[in-house]
Amino acid sequence: MASLELCGINYIYNKGTPYETYALKDINLKLGGGITGIIGHTGSGKSTLVQLLNGLLRPTEGKLLLDDEDIWEKKTDRLREARFKVGLVMQYPEYQLFASTVYEDIAFGPRNMGLSDEEIKERVYAAAKFSMLSPEVMTRSPFELSGGQKRRVALAGIIAMNPKFLVLDEPAAGLDPGGRCGILEGICNFSQKSGASVIIVSHSMEDMAAYCDRVIAMASGKIVMDGSRSEVYGRADELIGIGLDVPQVTRIASALAERGIDIGRDVYTVGYAADMICSAANIQSSDKTN
Amino acid sequence: MKIDIALGQYCEGNSPLHRLDPRAKLIMSILFIVAIFMAKNVFAFLFLILFSVALAAVSKVSPRVVLRGLKPILFIAAFTAVINLFFVRGEQLIFEFGFVKIYLEGIINAVLIVVRIIILLAASSMLLTYTTTPLALTDGLEQLLSPLAKLKIPVHDFSMMMTIALRFIPTLVEETEKIMNAQKARGADFTSGNIMKRVKALVPIIIPLFVSAFRRANELAVAMECRCYTGGEGRTRMNKLHAGMRDLFGILIVIAAGVVIVLINRVNFGFSLVM
Repeated sequence: MASLELCGINYIYNKGTPYETYALKDINLKLGGGITGIIGHTGSGKSTLVQLLNGLLRPTEGKLLLDDEDIWEKKTDRLREARFKVGLVMQYPEYQLFASTVYEDIAFGPRNMGLSDEEIKERVYAAAKFSMLSPEVMTRSPFELSGGQKRRVALAGIIAMNPKFLVLDEPAAGLDPGGRCGILEGICNFSQKSGASVIIVSHSMEDMAAYCDRVIAMASGKIVMDGSRSEVYGRADELIGIGLDVPQVTRIASALAERGIDIGRDVYTVGYAADMICSAANIQSSDKTN
Repeated sequence: MKIDIALGQYCEGNSPLHRLDPRAKLIMSILFIVAIFMAKNVFAFLFLILFSVALAAVSKVSPRVVLRGLKPILFIAAFTAVINLFFVRGEQLIFEFGFVKIYLEGIINAVLIVVRIIILLAASSMLLTYTTTPLALTDGLEQLLSPLAKLKIPVHDFSMMMTIALRFIPTLVEETEKIMNAQKARGADFTSGNIMKRVKALVPIIIPLFVSAFRRANELAVAMECRCYTGGEGRTRMNKLHAGMRDLFGILIVIAAGVVIVLINRVNFGFSLVM
């Protein structure tokens, strides 16, 4: 499995001027495998971190190792290769569509990789399938699609490069619930079928709780928590302390616990919460009948 | 990649120049430009330099910023200097090589014209762009030109367009950066290949940029209409411009400088512009 390692990374904006600010401070992180969620308040350095991962930004200090090789070392080819291996879907990616047909837009990445036409075609259709785009859409102009569909075209454009890492900055922002589910399911599907590692940056605690195996919390340019979903969400008070939140159902669970109905504090998804509440209700009613 | 635009940026400050009414500053710049073109001999130019240095000192804009702002005109200045050096004919021949003849008058002309160009830019940016916000500048311009509205020239609409254009420059720059990054993430390459290839590489940037510019324009138009914008007629302003004594004083100083230049011109020191 591919690995992406950040060693002692600092990123400083406006270095050497009075406006010098640390966007990232001493980040050490090893990524790879499953779905990792990065959560953090606005300005916590999430977006900077994401742009470092595929070499759009160069760390002021520290190294970024992709499969144990420093992507910024000497050869520029390595950087380009890193961009293909680490596919980045930026925020609101639908604003970057440009081609005259959906097919051409998705094919832009693979074409830049220098693949043959057959290979491109194969990849474009595979990527469209992951993004749940129907084949009839492929010949239409991306500009006449709905917002959710455009987002999926942009996602397919990255998936078509077959990256080892799929990095997404707020992939579901501004979409309706149906659109959110569609895009996140597509991402999960791709991760499972291709074995690519996925890194999702998001504000939505619900989405993260539902899809991520590992959660990293950031605050003012530093990693403050890093662990499994239950480890991180289990520390609700600390999360709230750094301006974040826990999923709404988790809050309901702890409110219930305060009122003497303990359904456990590791409740993060609505479905699981519903089951737990039902069983708790059953126990209570059976207690009463006894 | 950071896109750096040095578009006569406003420098935050609270100097007497910053506080002047933008209309006064516009009038002062026009008068000063006239004065610059009236200057004929070396001493008149020395006076102009002194006056510009004084302006810079009063405005408290850092000299580094001023010098950086002069960079774009270096080429034009050098070009005019060379032209003057070789093509101005005079009486005192200094150097001759084949058909190249350089006269003392040519040298003086070259130097003075370079000084003229530099002062032109430095003084007007000191008076206007460095010390006046773009918004105040367009407001001032609109009010100065408002008599033209009587001739059915849509002064207000022009100034609104200018304000909006200025307002959206940073937004578009930011947008361009974002789109470039997104396309780079898909392996786009803007820096290698021949000219045709590079021009073609710009398509994935320019199309989304246009699309978003139109989208923004549409949104802005709707937002303005929602707030009942119907053009300049009957529109009141939040920040009214108030001209006072100090604005009059500023204009008078520039006029006085013009008079001084006319006086210096009258005395013949010998070192003057031929044209």
